[in-house]
Amino acid sequence: MNESPILKTEKLCHVYSAGTPFETAALRDVDLEIRRGELVAVIGHTGSGKSTLIQHLNGLMKPTSGRVLFEGADIGASKQATKNARCKVGLVFQYPEYQLFEETVYKDIAFGPRNMRLSADDVDVRVREAARFVGIGAELLGRSPFELSGGQKRRIAIAGVIAMLPQVLILDEPMAGLDPAGRDGIMENILGYHEETGAAVVVVTHSMEDAARNAERMIVMSRGRIVMDGAPGEIFSRGDELSPIGLDVPVMTRLADRLRAMGVPVKGSVYTVEQARDAVLALKGGGGAC
Amino acid sequence: MLKDVTLGQYFPGDTPVHRLDPRTKLLLVVVYIVALFNAKGWWSYALMAAALLAACALSRAKAKTMARALKPLVLIILITGILNMFYTAGTPIFRFWIFTLTREGLRNAVFMVLRIVMLIAGTFLLTYTTSPILLTDGLESLLNPLKKLKFPVHELAMMMSIALRFIPTLIEETDKIMSAQKARGADFDTGSLIQRAKALLPILVPLFISAFRRADELAVAMESRCYHGGEGRTRLRQLRFAAGDYAALALGALVLTGVIILAKRGL
Repeated sequence: MNESPILKTEKLCHVYSAGTPFETAALRDVDLEIRRGELVAVIGHTGSGKSTLIQHLNGLMKPTSGRVLFEGADIGASKQATKNARCKVGLVFQYPEYQLFEETVYKDIAFGPRNMRLSADDVDVRVREAARFVGIGAELLGRSPFELSGGQKRRIAIAGVIAMLPQVLILDEPMAGLDPAGRDGIMENILGYHEETGAAVVVVTHSMEDAARNAERMIVMSRGRIVMDGAPGEIFSRGDELSPIGLDVPVMTRLADRLRAMGVPVKGSVYTVEQARDAVLALKGGGGAC
Repeated sequence: MLKDVTLGQYFPGDTPVHRLDPRTKLLLVVVYIVALFNAKGWWSYALMAAALLAACALSRAKAKTMARALKPLVLIILITGILNMFYTAGTPIFRFWIFTLTREGLRNAVFMVLRIVMLIAGTFLLTYTTSPILLTDGLESLLNPLKKLKFPVHELAMMMSIALRFIPTLIEETDKIMSAQKARGADFDTGSLIQRAKALLPILVPLFISAFRRADELAVAMESRCYHGGEGRTRLRQLRFAAGDYAALALGALVLTGVIILAKRGL
């Protein structure tokens, strides 16, 4: 399929505090294509430019030079174009629960759709739909978001963006600061939205395990540039290039590599504990509990 | 955009002015302001300007940074100048409709504008060369005699340093919340005044909540480190007057006396 990308950047550059002693280039000549229905992980060390990049993708930040194209049209061309892009490209910030402000969960999720000037009926449908996607039951919609737990607040904040039905959903560290059960739950919600609506999803993370487990494609950033772009397997096969930029292949991948070096024929790609278990069991002869 | 606030910002450096004791600088600013309000004629203003320029040169403050600090106040300065120009009685030079420009008015306007600009520049120099922590330490030490009158000096200084410490944090937080709400289609720049005021609600509510949360966390952090007010508290950094401080104070006293003498003679 040679479909045109839904989101594309051309020679995107961003310089902070230009013309002062604090001048720093956060993005340098970033060319990126996000295709329809893709599941992409953006990985990079702190300060590599990930957050700056995603804020350009929905027009929150203006590029110093270069362009961002949504379905081929420059999103910075006019105010209206930028506004449209914000509805089509949903952005969930880090710790989004700190942006909740309404009296009820329902009203907070409805904030986005209401800003899109939808009719009350459409807003209602979208709110209920979004709440379902993130696993928030109808009985919680009338409660105040401030009475709920941290994990629930995070889901509601994500629902607030999902309710705008973005065609590209971008999340900055959506799992940060949650317990393992909360992490898995949120990731499942995100994958559910991806599968049901066919929207492209971009997840920013610094956890190689999370990226490898879920994404079809990984983009590695360092010092404002994209340094690697490919399937997790391709990226991890270049493990020695990752450590100089402050990243590391998943622990289980390293274990499998070490085993192979010792002459144990571990098959397939191993990123997670589950995959490692299966690979080892396969070696032991067809599985079976041990 | 919100980060470009220059007024009251500290620029680290290692100049004679940076090294002065904060108490010296606070006293000098008070002396400077008193002198500024005593200045009457060209000569006394010239002396004040010379003192200010010398301090600027010694602290290596760039003219560009100074100009940026004055920028937000240009409108106030202009209005003051214009009001003084036309509303002072005296010998008219020029008449237009209901406006009369007088010689005295012109003189008043020039002095008033000079006074405001020099006032801002002087106080700017204080925050430019003194870190907020040193500034509150100095203030606490200077206000110490008031403790005899049961005035809560330490608490006041602690509140000031906490407030100063959290200005950049809250600015950053506001930026972040604004971006997040914009990403949800919020619009802060269009619509009527009432609509715009309403649009601020999604920023203010989360901002207040996070301010309270931070205050709570800070209180717990302070208590768990056994903070119990100023009683018996010692300092890592002891403030001590050095030779330079005495010299600076003596110079300040000289300038003040000079200005008062000049002003007495109407110069």
